[in-house]
Amino acid sequence: MRVWSLLKFYTVLVYAFTFAPIAVVLLLAFNSSQFGGFPIEGFSLRWFRELAENEAIIRALRTSVILGLLTALIATTLGILASLALVRYRFPGKNWITTFLISPVLVPETVLAVGLLIFLRWLHMPRSFALLLIGHSIIALPFVVLVVQARLIGIRRDYEEAAMSLGANPMQTFFQITLPLLMPAVFAGALFAFTISFDNITATIFWRPSGMETVPTQIFGMLRNSVSPEINALGFVMICITVGVPLLAGALARYFARKKI
Amino acid sequence: MARVELKSVRKSFGAVVAVQGADVVFEEGSFTTLLGPSGCGKTTILRMISGLETPTDGDILIGGKRINDVPIHKRNLGLVFQNYALFPHRTIGENIAFGLKYRDVAKADMARKVTEALDIVRLPGVEDRYPSQLSGGQQQRIALARAIVIEPDVLLLDEPLSALDANLREEMRVELKAIQDRIGVTSIFVTHDQSEALAMSDRIIVMSAGRIEQIGAPDEVYNRPVSEFVANFLGASNLLDAQVISRDREHVVLETAEFGRTPVPLSHAASLGDGPAAKLMIRAEKLTLAPVGQGGATAKVENVDYQGQLARYFLRVGDTPMQAMNMIDGKPFATGETVSLLLNPDACAALPPKTGAS
Repeated sequence: MRVWSLLKFYTVLVYAFTFAPIAVVLLLAFNSSQFGGFPIEGFSLRWFRELAENEAIIRALRTSVILGLLTALIATTLGILASLALVRYRFPGKNWITTFLISPVLVPETVLAVGLLIFLRWLHMPRSFALLLIGHSIIALPFVVLVVQARLIGIRRDYEEAAMSLGANPMQTFFQITLPLLMPAVFAGALFAFTISFDNITATIFWRPSGMETVPTQIFGMLRNSVSPEINALGFVMICITVGVPLLAGALARYFARKKI
Repeated sequence: MARVELKSVRKSFGAVVAVQGADVVFEEGSFTTLLGPSGCGKTTILRMISGLETPTDGDILIGGKRINDVPIHKRNLGLVFQNYALFPHRTIGENIAFGLKYRDVAKADMARKVTEALDIVRLPGVEDRYPSQLSGGQQQRIALARAIVIEPDVLLLDEPLSALDANLREEMRVELKAIQDRIGVTSIFVTHDQSEALAMSDRIIVMSAGRIEQIGAPDEVYNRPVSEFVANFLGASNLLDAQVISRDREHVVLETAEFGRTPVPLSHAASLGDGPAAKLMIRAEKLTLAPVGQGGATAKVENVDYQGQLARYFLRVGDTPMQAMNMIDGKPFATGETVSLLLNPDACAALPPKTGAS
């Protein structure tokens, strides 16, 4: 018994240690005090209002959302195509290509970031939003490929063969049969890609053109001056997006699944 | 409906030969079974006819036209799979109508055809359900309905009954054959189950190791096998080493250590060569046990496998192990008993001494 209660105590402690900082940010976001710290003086939405009026932050938020959505679009499209090739076809060098596609996960982000920058320098291209987008897509692609590939292996060839025997050409078979069956994985992959892009800071610092900020780099920049209570409010918003979007997606997926059966 | 023809069709995967030189004609409206153990090439032949595999050599003709280079979606075939392969995200109605969308069928006709197809497979009114809401047997009926609703030239069935449990399998077997009789579509059925093959087919093609061993009607393949492989694969057989003693216009006389001289009808010795050596094939159910002293060979019962109306006896004649299957009349013979073993020469077949290495 003593061992068990000790274990429980430690478990609670570990969770408290990991979640306390997040709780602090969430709580302080509603603190009316001028200074971002305890004690809490009163409940207020003042910092959210200031956040909404801060043009730099709104611009960063817009950049992050657009970047995230486009990254999701590109990484998911490429991820589906790559998975189809890797799972459904046999060709020489397949294992090398798989390793190559997954490698951005294994390579430290800083190395990847510097590498891409040097490559662009060599091509005499300036840093741009497009570069940032390409970079984020490279980082997100492995996650999409892994998720989609796993699902595709589970979709038996029979379905596609049956569709073709009934008269659907390969393209029609893909859109009528394979893609709908793949949809949960496509959705999950797109979410991964969006979240990865939205959260990324290391590589983004290297790649962003001067003057462009994403939400993480904006927060990073603001922290260098002072810990403004606005940052707590911004943190609250970020947590809502990165936690809320997958939760919402999960709920939607369950809703549609229930409607079907 | 169409005739299907294979002309010296060969298929190899790298160094592995899956099908070697198959020459077969599937007659219009016939029901033909490709029978053999797994890996014998039967599924490969089916997949080549369907267009899912391309022959390495040779031609495939459907309705007299060479279709080697016609892609699967332009061949107008009905394909039924072992695992049903119903689209899980589509309703039963949508599943059946899937093939009609790619043909010139008006919307109103489509609904009518779906209803008709469901009537044929005796599952009316399930249009709005999803495949996961149906049992395995029902799903396979839907898969059949989906394949026949497009009025295919050829119906290809790839072990469609193997995923069903035993009772359902027999019921579906009867029904599948009845449906095929009714719509009269040329059907090619792949199975490793000999009783399915014998019960359903007009003709059976027995395959082994990529080669066609024998083509014939069920009773032909069963009673007059041309090779040891066919004799062993269909039913339980005894194969005894024999010497050819003499031949006349009706019989070939074989001599075995166990049964002495046995005159085998010539029609049961089609594959026998000119040499002196042969094998005498006796079906287990054509070998009768009798109380000792009734002639024939003397055998010792080593084991009895009691099956209700039948008993399967494992016997030894001298040093030769043999099998017999008899109806039980009164009390079955017991282990350890010595019995007389009688054979009917007209139910025997003469085979070449060693087959499979041609």
